[in-house]
Amino acid sequence: MSAGLLGLRRDGPAIAMGTVPLLFLLLLFVYPVARLLSFSVEGGNFAHFEKALTDGLYVQVFLETLRIALIVAAICLVLGYPLAYGLAIASPLWATIGFAFLLLPFWTSVLVRTYAWMILLGRNGLLNRTLLDLGIIDQPLALLHNRTGVIIGMVHVLLPYMVFPIYSVMRRVDRQLLSAAEGLGASPTQAFRRVFVPLTLPGVFAGATLVFVISLGFFITPALLGGGRVMMIGVQIERLVRQFLDWGLAAAVAIILLAAALGIAALLRRLLRGDLTWS
Amino acid sequence: MVEPATGSADLELSGLIRRFGTVTALAGVDLAVRAGELLTILGPSGSGKTTLLKAVAGFEMLDAGDIRLKGRDITLAPPARRNIGMVFQNYALFPHMDVAANVAFPLEMRGMAKAAIAEKVAWALQTVDLAGYGARLPRQLSGGQQQRVALARAVVFDPGLLLLDEPFGALDRKLREQMQLEVKRLQRRLGLTTLFVTHDQEEALILSDRIAVMKSGQIEQLGTPEEIYARPANRFVADFIGESNLFRCRVSAVADGMATLTGEGGLTLRIVAGTLTAIGSEIGALLRPERPRILVPGETAGNMAEGEVVEAVYLGESVKYALRLVGGGSLLVRLPFKAGHGMLSPGQRLRLGWDPADMHAVPWS
Repeated sequence: MSAGLLGLRRDGPAIAMGTVPLLFLLLLFVYPVARLLSFSVEGGNFAHFEKALTDGLYVQVFLETLRIALIVAAICLVLGYPLAYGLAIASPLWATIGFAFLLLPFWTSVLVRTYAWMILLGRNGLLNRTLLDLGIIDQPLALLHNRTGVIIGMVHVLLPYMVFPIYSVMRRVDRQLLSAAEGLGASPTQAFRRVFVPLTLPGVFAGATLVFVISLGFFITPALLGGGRVMMIGVQIERLVRQFLDWGLAAAVAIILLAAALGIAALLRRLLRGDLTWS
Repeated sequence: MVEPATGSADLELSGLIRRFGTVTALAGVDLAVRAGELLTILGPSGSGKTTLLKAVAGFEMLDAGDIRLKGRDITLAPPARRNIGMVFQNYALFPHMDVAANVAFPLEMRGMAKAAIAEKVAWALQTVDLAGYGARLPRQLSGGQQQRVALARAVVFDPGLLLLDEPFGALDRKLREQMQLEVKRLQRRLGLTTLFVTHDQEEALILSDRIAVMKSGQIEQLGTPEEIYARPANRFVADFIGESNLFRCRVSAVADGMATLTGEGGLTLRIVAGTLTAIGSEIGALLRPERPRILVPGETAGNMAEGEVVEAVYLGESVKYALRLVGGGSLLVRLPFKAGHGMLSPGQRLRLGWDPADMHAVPWS
């Protein structure tokens, strides 16, 4: 029997198992998306791209999206790092409780959560009412239909994406290294700063990349909490399609978004490669 | 081996007690490590030796007792304030720092000036034969090199005490022996008071100035390697250190400084009486396997036994035989392997002899 036949025999089932999902994806996902994106070069020229990249409005939208994504990633990091640390050092019981609180919203529909935030953040919402009643403010805060509201909602939705990668890296840090640092004269704070934090940076970068890239294309939360006044790319694409029926321009913007997301992810990967995976 | 200067104890442990629930890890340990000596804590796992080490390093709190280092009470001091250099079992090198940064770490923590740090680091790396390796990351080094870095990092800040936590376990045999000698030489040269924790009795015998054998949270015996090996205090130490034959006997007669012992199967042994005076008391008579010699026909000795080879193991310079004695019972002997002499095979009989002074009595109970 030839080696080729043997090889085929061994790989046969794997190929068969891989084929069906692959066909499914090609037919129902890749093809429609490719068709959609092909609208961007309708007429055989790059007019749509030119417009998307030079029109002040779209440049504004791109910059706003970038800004919001950065702020969201930064806030998620500031909140997520201590949270992940708490979970990493908690007793099994407290870690389970912590994860339940983190995962419960994660499993709830984004739409439901976003509506919940509208109730909380509104002019007459729970938050403003409480603050007014307590006399802490005398004018309702503008928390809805602006950038603040969008950022609050997005941070809430995306926080787990920051916490999980950081948590998993933290759990793998050898605790003995911290003992060693203290034995060598470091205070607990110095051991944390000089040893623990650098060793958890791969998780920080992974989480930040994830949150940032997801933020770039976020739609539901900015659409609802922004009330049409916060222009992120996702919202703009939807408006182009639904209000202006400008499929070509929408497709061009979508491709630019996709390219930006891939580019940023690749850049971060390149920055991280080798240097930040200690082992 | 030269005894380290007696007198001043660098590390003094008194009445150390540590309990975990119902388990007593340290049951009142007293120990004084002299300046410049290498003292080994030797014990099986669960003997409390690791708890003792952690307590000295400051990673484990005590229920009772004090620890003094160079006269200073450090019982409650945090690890960072103890000025103890420790080499961990897996070295615990900081993987994100290069070799030089690892070695510089304790100096930086002490606020030393940059130029002084560079000088000290260069000295420490030179000392462990790693000059020129400063820019490498730990993962780019071999196991032996990683250990040298750990050692350099532990001695660079002139610690009051060096702690070694089974540092040779991860190395293969040949490298292990080489590193043991290097560590010993470095320790001597720098005059570092050293506490070494291991479960490996062979390693303990090679490296130590003195050995403290631990069991169930207590020190069973403290002495030089020779003392521990030749005159163990009890059955546990006799059994734990080296290979041994231990005969359960009763003292049947004492005369002229010699005691006659009677064991199972009609075995009669003669031993230097020493403190053995009580006729009828039960003791264990210890005979190390390398002590007996083969008797030529007609030759006699203070103690004699005849037996049949059950198993023979070739060890290179010697052969280890397990014998079944004529009166029942068994004997383990190690005889030099001489070319031409050949090796005895199972079933062959031989007559062995040894002197009363070759034996050592330990309490049986």
